[in-house]
Amino acid sequence: MAPPPIVRIEHVTKRFGDYPAVEDVSLDIAANELFALLGPSGCGKTTLLRMLAGFERPSAGRILIGGADMTTVPPNRRPVNMVFQSYAVFPHMTVADNVAYGLRVDGTPAGEIAPRVDAALEMVRLGGYRARMPEQLSGGQRQRVALARALVKRPKVLLLDEPLSALDRKLREDMQLELVRLQHEVGITFVMVTHDQEEALSMANRVAVMDAGRVLQIADPRTLYENPTHRFVADFIGTMNTFDVEVSGVEGDRVRVRHPLLGELEVARAAPHVTGGVLIIRPEKLRLDFSTPPVAGERMLDAVIEQVAYYGDLSFVFIRLDDGTRLQVSRYNINRVDQGDPPPGRRCRVGIHPEDLLLVDDGG
Amino acid sequence: MQSWREQPAAFFVFILPATLWLLAFFLIPLALIWVISFGERVGPVDIAFTWTSANYLDALDPLYLKLFWRSLWIAAVATAVVLVVAFPVAFAIAFAPPRAKPLLLLLVVLPFWTNMLIRTYAMLAVLRGNGYLNWTLEGLWEATRLLLTPIGLGWLTGERFVPLELLYNNTAVVFGIVYVYLPFMVLPLYASLERLDRSLLEASLDLGASQLRTFLAVVVPMARPGIVSGLMLVFIPAIGTFLISDLLGGPDSQLLGNIIERQFKAANNWPLGAAMSFLLLYVAFALLLVRAWLGARGLRDA
Repeated sequence: MAPPPIVRIEHVTKRFGDYPAVEDVSLDIAANELFALLGPSGCGKTTLLRMLAGFERPSAGRILIGGADMTTVPPNRRPVNMVFQSYAVFPHMTVADNVAYGLRVDGTPAGEIAPRVDAALEMVRLGGYRARMPEQLSGGQRQRVALARALVKRPKVLLLDEPLSALDRKLREDMQLELVRLQHEVGITFVMVTHDQEEALSMANRVAVMDAGRVLQIADPRTLYENPTHRFVADFIGTMNTFDVEVSGVEGDRVRVRHPLLGELEVARAAPHVTGGVLIIRPEKLRLDFSTPPVAGERMLDAVIEQVAYYGDLSFVFIRLDDGTRLQVSRYNINRVDQGDPPPGRRCRVGIHPEDLLLVDDGG
Repeated sequence: MQSWREQPAAFFVFILPATLWLLAFFLIPLALIWVISFGERVGPVDIAFTWTSANYLDALDPLYLKLFWRSLWIAAVATAVVLVVAFPVAFAIAFAPPRAKPLLLLLVVLPFWTNMLIRTYAMLAVLRGNGYLNWTLEGLWEATRLLLTPIGLGWLTGERFVPLELLYNNTAVVFGIVYVYLPFMVLPLYASLERLDRSLLEASLDLGASQLRTFLAVVVPMARPGIVSGLMLVFIPAIGTFLISDLLGGPDSQLLGNIIERQFKAANNWPLGAAMSFLLLYVAFALLLVRAWLGARGLRDA
């Protein structure tokens, strides 16, 4: 039997006036997971996180943490702690006082506070900064203070609201690894809100993709990327090419589809509920071809190069099919000395393997 | 924009009017008063400048020191009351919906646009024996009596309504100061609470603190610059007030401001009045120094 979830969200809805910020969301988060709520701004992910913290009360539904109903419990009596987007480090307290704050308000014995504060600061590698004031710290260091301040309370769940959005790119990459390391080290469930799909994919065990207050798909990163159930999910996570098709038959997890250029095909469908919709394929799964014979099973379509965007490690090649469909193909620049990108206007062919195509729900 | 340093001429043109104004109507009169404070009265209107320190010695007479002490005490009590009254008001405005804020601030400032004399007279109408407050209380008394008499408890209310003695005592003076100086406290408090990052309050709650603890450990320290400014803006004018104590106070509520006013008018002893004024000014300077010191410490802490 699977262990009981540490967080259970049951049919939670939150309305602000008439505006539904979160609509009928249900999900379980297992102990020790690093769970990400991913979606564009305004999708309800932060509202959902704030309901876990207790800053917002659901209009309907229940929230259980560690098996106990927390729906109406105020934030100061919940076994969760939050790292705020702005870090919310108390500017009038030293680093050590910030970290000790949550222990002091709990009435932790004084003798126990100092060692726990020291251990928490060591853990986030701020051992030498106890006496500093927050204004003397960089953004990344302030965030570590906020992390230590939350972790020192040994919460059942650590909530992180866009933890990396205020950091510059290099620091963000370091911090991604650091958070994953910390999560392993402390063995606490992390629930993270982010709008950055790369962040969610590279850090989380599981990701819930949200749009307009609803959860569209909950899955591990690889499934989300390779088997998105909705067009919105496929579009939000990575880039994709689409083909409008007619579905002529469904059999198990396979469907038969027809497309004017591709012809009759049998492809996978993303979920049992998908009986119609749109065919998608990721740009790196398309093969630009100038001379080689087709790989077995591949469908070849004639196209013309429209535009090329060079990114160093890879180039995005935009091509147009004969029926006007535009496709995006990514090509890795795997050799230092290469023939270079094809010039716009050049005719080419594009190879599509049917196994790389997926029928997804056209809705959002 | 060009640096002022590169355009000294323009800089001087801009500050000249204000400088001349302050020189002619503030610094020179102040200097005159300072000189007078070392002078001697030699006739009904004549003052000889003898650089005597007698006026200061007179001003430090135990009788005046007692008055001085009472002024400080009343000003301190009134300032404390203003702080307690203004804090919730400022807090409520700072956390009010953005659309309501300008209106609420206007309501705080509105009385301030009425002449202070008129406002203080209006307080008389409210507080006097047959004023609005006692009138309201009497109405409540009548109603209570009407309710209690049929059930045989009418004796609880007493025979007659006795109006409260609300005027002509120190409480009335404190009341008046609180009323007049409230905006001076609300505005700086509002300014610092407005800047307060709401997520700090949420972080405190999230870490397990109660609302009260959050208020004491986060809101108050963060509002300290506003509190210190408000205390200064209320306390310093309150020590020198004479209109409020004159109109609302009793024989026993004469403050230093009243005595100074009397020296310049009825007693016609300008040198003594000038010396007392300067003693008051020195106290204000001392308070500003304390404030500067607190401010510097706040900067280092923050």
